[in-house]
Amino acid sequence: MLSIKNLHVSVGDKPILKGINLEIKPGEIHAIMGPNGSGKSTLSHILSGKSGYTVTEGSATYQGKDLLEMPPEIRAREGVFLAFQYPVEIPGVSNVYLLKAALNSIRKHHGQSEVDAMDFLTLVKGKVRLLEMDEKFLYRAVNEGFSGGEKKRNEILQMAILEPKLCILDETDSGLDIDALKIVSEGVNSLRSPDRSFVMVTHYQRLLDYIKPDFVHVLANGQIVKSGGAELALELEEKGYSWLEDAEASA
Amino acid sequence: MSASTQEINNLINQEYKQGFVTELETNTFLPGLDEEVIHKLSKIKNEPEFMLEYRLKAFRHWQTMKSPEWAFVNFDPIDYQSISYYSAPKRKEDGPKSLDEIDPQILEAYKKLGIPLDEQERLAGVAVDAVFDSVSVATTFKGKLKDAGVIFCPISEALREHPELIKEYLGSVVPITDNYFAALNAAVFTDGSFVYIPKGVRCPMELSTYFRINAANTGQFERTLIIADEGSHVSYLEGCTAPMRDENQLHAAVVELVAMKDAVIKYSTVQNWYPGDKNGLGGIYNFVTKRADCRGENSKVSWTQVETGSAITWKYPSCVLTGDNSVGEFYSVALTNNYQQADTGTKMIHIGKNTRSTIVSKGISAGKAQNTYRGLVKVLKSAENARNYTQCDSLLVGDQCGAHTFPYIEVKQPSAQVEHEATTSKISEDQLFFCQQRGLSAEDAVSMIVNGFCKEVFKELPMEFAVEAQALLGLSLEGSVG
Ligand SMILES: Nc1ncnc2c1ncn2[C@@H]1O[C@H](COP(=O)(O)OP(=O)(O)OP(=O)(O)O)[C@@H](O)[C@H]1O
Ligand SMILES: [Mg+2]
Repeated sequence: MLSIKNLHVSVGDKPILKGINLEIKPGEIHAIMGPNGSGKSTLSHILSGKSGYTVTEGSATYQGKDLLEMPPEIRAREGVFLAFQYPVEIPGVSNVYLLKAALNSIRKHHGQSEVDAMDFLTLVKGKVRLLEMDEKFLYRAVNEGFSGGEKKRNEILQMAILEPKLCILDETDSGLDIDALKIVSEGVNSLRSPDRSFVMVTHYQRLLDYIKPDFVHVLANGQIVKSGGAELALELEEKGYSWLEDAEASA
Repeated sequence: MSASTQEINNLINQEYKQGFVTELETNTFLPGLDEEVIHKLSKIKNEPEFMLEYRLKAFRHWQTMKSPEWAFVNFDPIDYQSISYYSAPKRKEDGPKSLDEIDPQILEAYKKLGIPLDEQERLAGVAVDAVFDSVSVATTFKGKLKDAGVIFCPISEALREHPELIKEYLGSVVPITDNYFAALNAAVFTDGSFVYIPKGVRCPMELSTYFRINAANTGQFERTLIIADEGSHVSYLEGCTAPMRDENQLHAAVVELVAMKDAVIKYSTVQNWYPGDKNGLGGIYNFVTKRADCRGENSKVSWTQVETGSAITWKYPSCVLTGDNSVGEFYSVALTNNYQQADTGTKMIHIGKNTRSTIVSKGISAGKAQNTYRGLVKVLKSAENARNYTQCDSLLVGDQCGAHTFPYIEVKQPSAQVEHEATTSKISEDQLFFCQQRGLSAEDAVSMIVNGFCKEVFKELPMEFAVEAQALLGLSLEGSVG
């Protein structure tokens, strides 16, 4: 699905990612943890095509194609989805309008016709129920006046409707209350399938209690300093990151 | 990579689809303006004597006036002697009786503009007056309207056929002394539309005028007068386009609306005059005076405008709320791109008791354009319990354009309530990236965000126009992101 090799990324002259290597196979869930400022969002952004970053070395291959060459909207249409750490507001544009425009642009890319209005509504309402949202959110402007948790839930709604192949969740759990975390996790779990992969950036074990990862990676200072199974997250919860950074420094 | 600010600026590269020229034999005056030209004009139009006097009075007054300099626009002084004040396609002495007599070239031009004048192809339910340079070339559905008692004809025809209405109402809302361009218009106006809706009549269809500038080096000076008598209703639409030329052309129009007791006038404009090229060469100077007098109690006038064209727009559709309980509304979208300049807004003058006004202005700037909202809300001592609500929003696309807001408020009546809200926002790179990450192209994202921004105004437009306006906005922003 995704193969990242020796990826180096800078902003201006400042190196942020310093040689990332990561293999993600279809159906796998990878959790990425690490201290603030270690480069987790930068990795999410570079994979989804945000401008302002320079790749100085390395590559990222998605479904056999050079991901870094593709314009962001093409990546999206090919199935790369980023649930943003800080979702933006778009005044005047209703959620349902955006969803329809997005879904149709993806369908068009795959040579499919525009979605039928009734089918679309049935699909959307089903997903709204799955995430236990109020249907009123559909008709409100995208994220405008939404609470922090509502914005995060809205990201997952979009993901559930667009059915991407590679789902990157950047701290989707932060800002969610305990009940919402459970609902959103169930939403994510319902999307698990043998041909869909997840990259979940998180700071907390809590999320991983609900969505069990196949791999956990620790990103520190622009590099993956440790990888392991689900048990690594528990160890981190107990010990924090300093022992890894110390280990890295002494290595 | 997603669109950067630089790319957003590069995206501005619009194509103007109405920029063609129709080759025609015309009857055109030599450039220049003096009393003799006005005599000639009045004669060629077969006008009654009182009109010639009206024009001469206006001309003499205009000569004492100075071109206004207060607007937030920049242009070289206009040489009024280099403009031709009359240009009309050649035709039979007494004008075309039916469509068969209209030059097929003109019919073709309107067809290309999407305004078929042809019987079968006409827009259902919309009567059209087609003004081509200085003359009205056709008015559709005249018969059907006549049955309802509605008069809808070129103003030059009304001058001859309904002089009593003209004498009573022409200049009663915008006097010849009102301003520089209004005085010039009163002196040299050539054609435009005239509407009279009799007492208690609900006009059976939408009325519309389509203004087309075709000839080079001419000015278009049109005059529209709409009178809605007691208890009547009318919805009127106006559209405008012009060929692409390197020279600037002047369009100085005057529109007067009179609403009597319980009458309702809805006036909608989609202004798409040629805006000039992307380096700011050419384009129409659109200097227009539009004013409504809500003369009777409970009358209502609603202006809705979508302004996407013209090199310079200078225009303030206004309402004088004379009658008690009368209502004035102004809904505006003004989009400027490249080097376009717009200084537009409204005036709401509250005179009667319990008068209410609403102003919703949406200004969008892209490229190197400047967009100014200028509005006056004036509440006179007599206007007890007057209320105004103003909302004025600006949206910037890219970082080389400007938005300016000049709200003037004068209140002489303590019971009045005046509210003003203003916002300025920018389409951010984060918004664009978010939309792209969901699969939309940058252009579709800008168009979606701009349309969302204008939603409150678009919902005031008649259905067919709303669709056209949305498409037009998309087109005008073409090339505004990379
Ligand atoms: N545009 C930028 N200009 C300068 N520095 C930047 C820019 N974007 C990111 N950085 C820096 O890169 C580093 C990594 O940032 P990033 O947002 O990827 O961290 P993160 O791991 O997601 O942190 P958090 O856990 O707080 O979300 C930080 O030091 C940040 O300040
Ligand atoms: Mg982050």
